[in-house]
Parts: sequence; C-alpha cells; structure tokens
Amino acid sequence: MADKVLMKGNEAIAEAAITAGCRFYFGYPITPQTEIAAYMAKRMPKIGGTFLQAESEIAAINMVYGVASAGKRVMTSSSSPGISLKGEGISYMAGSDLPGLIVNVQRGGPGLGGIQPSQSDYFQATRGGGHGDYHLIVLAPASVQEMADLTIKGFELADKYRMMAMILADGTMGQMMEPVSLDFDIKPEPEKPWATTGTQMKRPHNIINSLSLVPEELEEQNFKRYEKYAEIAKNETMYEEYMMDDAEIAIAAFGIAARVSKNAVNEARKKGIKAGLIRPITLWPFPKEPFMKAADHVKQFISVELSMGQMIEDVELAEQCRRPVTLCNRAGGMIPSPEMVLAAIEEAAKNGGAL
Amino acid sequence: MIVFERPHALIDVPLHYCPGCTHGIVHRLVAEVIDELGIEGNTIGIAPVGCSVMAYNYFNCDMIEAAHGRAPAVATGVKRADPSKFVFTYQGDGDLASIGMAETVHAAARNENISIVFINNAIYGMTGGQMAPTSLPGQITQTSPYGRDPKLCGYPIKVCEMLSQVDGAEYLERVAVNNVKNIRNAKKAIKKAFQNQLDGKGFSLVEVISSCPTNWGLTPQNALKWIDEKMIPYYPLGVYKDRSAEEAAK
Amino acid sequence: MSTTQFLFAGFGGQGILFAGKFTAYKGLIDNKHVSWLPSYGPEMRGGTANCSVIVSDDPVGSPIVTHPDVLVAMNLPSLDRYEDAVVPGGTIFVDSTLIERKVKRTDVTVKYIPATQLASENGLTTLANMIIMGSILQATGGYNEESVNAALAKVVSARHQDLLEFNKKALDIGAKY
Repeated sequence: MADKVLMKGNEAIAEAAITAGCRFYFGYPITPQTEIAAYMAKRMPKIGGTFLQAESEIAAINMVYGVASAGKRVMTSSSSPGISLKGEGISYMAGSDLPGLIVNVQRGGPGLGGIQPSQSDYFQATRGGGHGDYHLIVLAPASVQEMADLTIKGFELADKYRMMAMILADGTMGQMMEPVSLDFDIKPEPEKPWATTGTQMKRPHNIINSLSLVPEELEEQNFKRYEKYAEIAKNETMYEEYMMDDAEIAIAAFGIAARVSKNAVNEARKKGIKAGLIRPITLWPFPKEPFMKAADHVKQFISVELSMGQMIEDVELAEQCRRPVTLCNRAGGMIPSPEMVLAAIEEAAKNGGAL
Repeated sequence: MIVFERPHALIDVPLHYCPGCTHGIVHRLVAEVIDELGIEGNTIGIAPVGCSVMAYNYFNCDMIEAAHGRAPAVATGVKRADPSKFVFTYQGDGDLASIGMAETVHAAARNENISIVFINNAIYGMTGGQMAPTSLPGQITQTSPYGRDPKLCGYPIKVCEMLSQVDGAEYLERVAVNNVKNIRNAKKAIKKAFQNQLDGKGFSLVEVISSCPTNWGLTPQNALKWIDEKMIPYYPLGVYKDRSAEEAAK
Repeated sequence: MSTTQFLFAGFGGQGILFAGKFTAYKGLIDNKHVSWLPSYGPEMRGGTANCSVIVSDDPVGSPIVTHPDVLVAMNLPSLDRYEDAVVPGGTIFVDSTLIERKVKRTDVTVKYIPATQLASENGLTTLANMIIMGSILQATGGYNEESVNAALAKVVSARHQDLLEFNKKALDIGAKY
C-alpha cells in the first residue's frame, strides 16, 4: 500500500477529474464539498486549466453547458440545495445531449437542511432531478478509492453516451480520508464532431439545442434517448455482492450506508445469521438482476438508507415484491450504526424472514 | 455589380418575426459585421429564450440555444473552453435584465471577453406581451393592464447606465434601429463590440432599442415613432462606457 | 487479524485532526488499512472537534467510530461525552492538565498525561496532542522510529518542515512520561 496516498474523498474526486483530462471546473461554495473547489482553484491554474467561482450554482451549470458544447471535458460540484439550483441546467444538458460530470456531496434536507451526511437526494438523482423525461448515469462511491475511480468512469461514460453522469456521494465520503491510488489508465477521449467549435467554413453549422416545437420530432428524440438508456442499463450496470451466495437476509445499501451495513453483516454471520449485502454502484441504471436472483433464496430484504426511504422503492421494483422489504434508516444528517443494522437483521431473522 | 445581397452569415430561410419587428434588422446587422470581420467560421453564437429563441436557425455560424437568462454564463464556458473563438450572445430584455440579471452583471464584472447584443423592446414578445423589466412607467401590457405603476412594480432598469458602474465592463453603448441614421450607428456599435473581443479588450454590450408593433398595439410606422417619442427620452442613446477610449484620453 | 478504532476529541485548535492524520499515515506506512473521518462544519470553529481513525489488518467497513478502543480526551466535554462509549478493556488517554476529574469506568485502562502543562514547560505550546500521541505509541508498542518519522514527514506540511523536530521532541516526551 506504500504507493497510495491518504486523501479526502472530495480531493480524490478533484485529482481524478484532472487525471481524466478535465480542465474546466465551475462551482459555488457549499458545505460539505467545498474542498473540491479549493483543490481545483489551486491546481487548475498550474496545468493550464480553468477554475471559476461562478456567481451562483445556476451560472456554474450553464458555464458547464458552454464548455460541454465546445466539446471539452468539464465538471461542477455542489451539495443538495445547490444541486436543486442546477436542476434547470441539468435538464437542458440532457435535452441537448451534452456530456459532463456533476458531483453531489449530499447533506440533509429538505430546504437549507443541515450539513451532515445524507442520501436523501436519491429520488432527485435517479429520476433526473429537473423537468422532462431524462436520466443521468448515477454513480455511488463507497470509498475514497471509488470516489476517484468512479470520477474517471463518469467522464468516460458521459462522453461515450453523450449524457451527464453524476457522482452521488455524501458528507462522509467527501470528508473522510483513506489511502487511494491515483494510477489510472485513461482511455483517449472520443471525437465530438457535434460540438460547436466553429464551422471553419468547412461544414454546415452545428446547433446545440433542447428546443423542439414539433411534438412528433420531440417525441422521436425522447424515444431515441430512451433506447440509449436501455443500452446503458444493459451494459453499464454495476454492483457489489457481499456474502450473498447463501444469504437469507439481504441488505440493500449504497455509499456510507453500505460501509456500515458490511460491519453489521459480519457481526450477523458471527451469530450464525445468513446475512448478505447487495451494494448498487450505479443507482441509475439500478441493478435489478442481483435482487431478482437473490429473491430465490432471500427471505427478507432490508434497505439501509440515510433518508426516509427512497431506494427501497427501487429494491421492491427490482425483486418485483417477491419478498418483503423493510427499511432501516436515519435521516437529517444522522447515520445508522452497525448495531442498528444488526438489530434489524436479527429482527428479520427472528421472524423467519417473513413479515 | 452586386448592389445588395444577403450576408453570408445569415441563412436564407424565412424569419418567424412579426411584420414590422426590428429583430430582422438587427440580425442582418450582426451578420454583416460577421461577414466584414471574416469571422463566421470561428464564431459561436448563443441564442436566448424569448422572441429570438430560434436565432440558431438564422445564423450560419455554430449556434447554442441557452436556458432563459443564462446566455452570458454559457458564453463564459464557450469562451473559456477556447479563447481563440469568437463568442456572442443575442438576448432580449426579459432574458438579460430580469431572469438573467446575475449572469449579465457578473459576466461584466469578470470582463469576460464576449460580445452581447441586447434587444430592448420594453416587452415580453414571445409569450404575448407581458411587462418587461424595461417596460416604461405607465406602459400598458398584458400583466400591467392599467399601465406600469412604479409604486406597485418598480421602475424600468437602465442596463447601460447600471453596467457603466461595473469596473469590469469594457464597452457599453445604446443605439436604436428606428431610422436609417440610427441603424447605421447601431451597426457601427455592433462592429466595435465585436472588434473589441477580437482585440482582447473584454466585455462589450450594445443595447438596441427595438420595436414590437404587435405587442405595443401599434402599426409598424407608429411603433418606430413611439421609439423616438417614448423610448429614447427614457433610454438616451450614446456611449455609456468605453474604457479603452477613456484610458487613451488620459 | 486486528483492528484498532481511535477516537480523538477536544477543542478546535488542539490539533485533534492532526493527531488523527498522523495515526492514519502511520498505519498506512505500516501497511495497514486505514480510514480517517473528521467532524466537520461550524462546530470546528472554536467548538468541539473530533475524528475517527481506524487502523486494521482488514479492509475498513464503517469509518465511523462509535465504540473506540482508544479514546483521546483533550477536554472535559469530550471525556463526558465519550467515556461510556469506550469498549471494555479499551484505553482512555486524558490530558490531565485540562481535565481535573478522574475516569469513572473501572473496566478500561486510563493514562493521565498532563500534556498541556508538559508542552508549555518544554516550549512546545500547541503540541500537547503529539505528547499524548507519544504516550499512545509507547502503550501500543507502535514506537518504531522509522515509521514514526515517515508519518511525521507526511503530516507536517512541506513549508513547516522546521517543525519536525518539535514534533519528534513532543512524541519523545509523551513516550517517556
């Protein structure tokens, strides 16, 4: 592990983005993700990149829109209330098929909420967040290493599919330090012939646009976009299974909740309870297959979340309600303890997994 | 000998603007300037939300359609992505001076090296004639049916005057397109704003007092008169800031 | 296979996060899995600060330490708040200059170190944290000079390398106390 460095999750995202070739960052200060902006402010000028503190989150996402239109790798980051402000721009980017990376280091809400870790923007992220029919590729890291890895992956997927990718982290992931290796193999960026870089009088003009006043045409665009989404669901879904082979009680958890749950699964196993964990890494597309498969032998699912229960709906949809799904949650910036999750597992085991 | 032809930078398609609307004139002026400067192939234009939302279909250069009010932020991104490109926005009064006020002022404050063509016709045209941030006191619109009452909804915003107080701004001029002389001046101002960007001088904005006969409820001719009688007295024409000229004079 | 969970707690400005970082870096240099998680937000400005550090032979699960094996209490509110959370058989390090009361638990090992006093007597103001750190290293058999020096070099920022010697001196005082 000697080749690894200790880094905060927020810093790992920033450094990985630079490694991925991102030279444009626009943001606005908000806890608990400001380290990303601070890191970019320090690094970008030294490598010929652009760091700009925008006048608002709205301006920041629109600067992202501009750079993405120009065909360059670009990102912004914020935390929950700021992501809501970016919602407009995110929807426009989806409608204009523009690639880019958004980082949401979530904090408790709604409203101004608090600044402690949360996962309560799950619905917002996985359903798109703004107006209209669209999705983002939503990546949920559960370690500082994954904060870096998924940042690289996010840029690659965004360019590959010409759409936005989002890192959905939380205050814990942003603030914690862990050893991280920044040794990456970066694939070359794809050509972007659609970008508005000037015609040079050699081609018809390119237009970046989300306006389409003919309903037949707009419908067709939506159909095509959803064909692409189906392809992504088929090819890019990611998840981790932990002790699932013989599991009778299965936890569903992502990010920090999965870290806590892993401890609880280990403790449950010591007590002879066959517990396991399914950790979605892509929240959109949601990994349905492991849940469907697990429903063959699992008696009960427990969704562990830092919210009032949002992912639980996707778990139920994924396993088509074949087994009961219960919720083990804290909210408002609180984090479930391993003891709390263990108690939920024991309760489920006591009931024989049946409700 | 060709005496008159369509500028190359303007695509040969029918415009959707109402009869008597001066958007067409300003489009032409912008396109002529692009031609004269020989920058079409290196230009990225940014359309607003408002009547000129479909400007991307009219200009021959690469075009981006921005969200309402956000064109200066989008332009910032495009320009920062490649400072060698020429970037202009084309925005109306609701877009620039209401919903996009923050983006406008901060792009000026940063002295972003972009050029803005700002159409002030004192009305929201696209949505059918509602009160704009630049509607005159007493002006009747769909959302000020008894006339704009400053006590109720405040005073019009004078964009050039306001931005002249922003240190970052390079060049601000207000022109009109209601007669031949004014149109000639308008073109000169647009050309200067564009040349400023090519010279790396920074944020340049030309406010164009324009007409909206449809929503003003006037004939095209009377609308042009209304500009002289009502608009220009409230929004005096002229150069509000020319930093380079001021510095050269010192 | 062993895991040690540390909880460092005290006032903002006492070097709580720094001591935690040192512990994490030392773990990394010793080829362990580590995590470091600070409290964050307004409470950091002059209020209480704490950080969770886990050093383990196995990958770290939850990075949040709720039941520390080692508690470092550098002020009274921290001892009041976390004393009961320490695992039976765990260790509590107390800065006895700032905390007058004794630990009530009888099922834990307690080290009282007048760290703040020792620091000021030795011209090491602001390094009470590292004096306690020295005591921890001594107690846990981790005082390997090579890895200690390597970890220090990582956490003491490049422009403050002149402070390395002071840190080493503080660790030494703590280890010998």
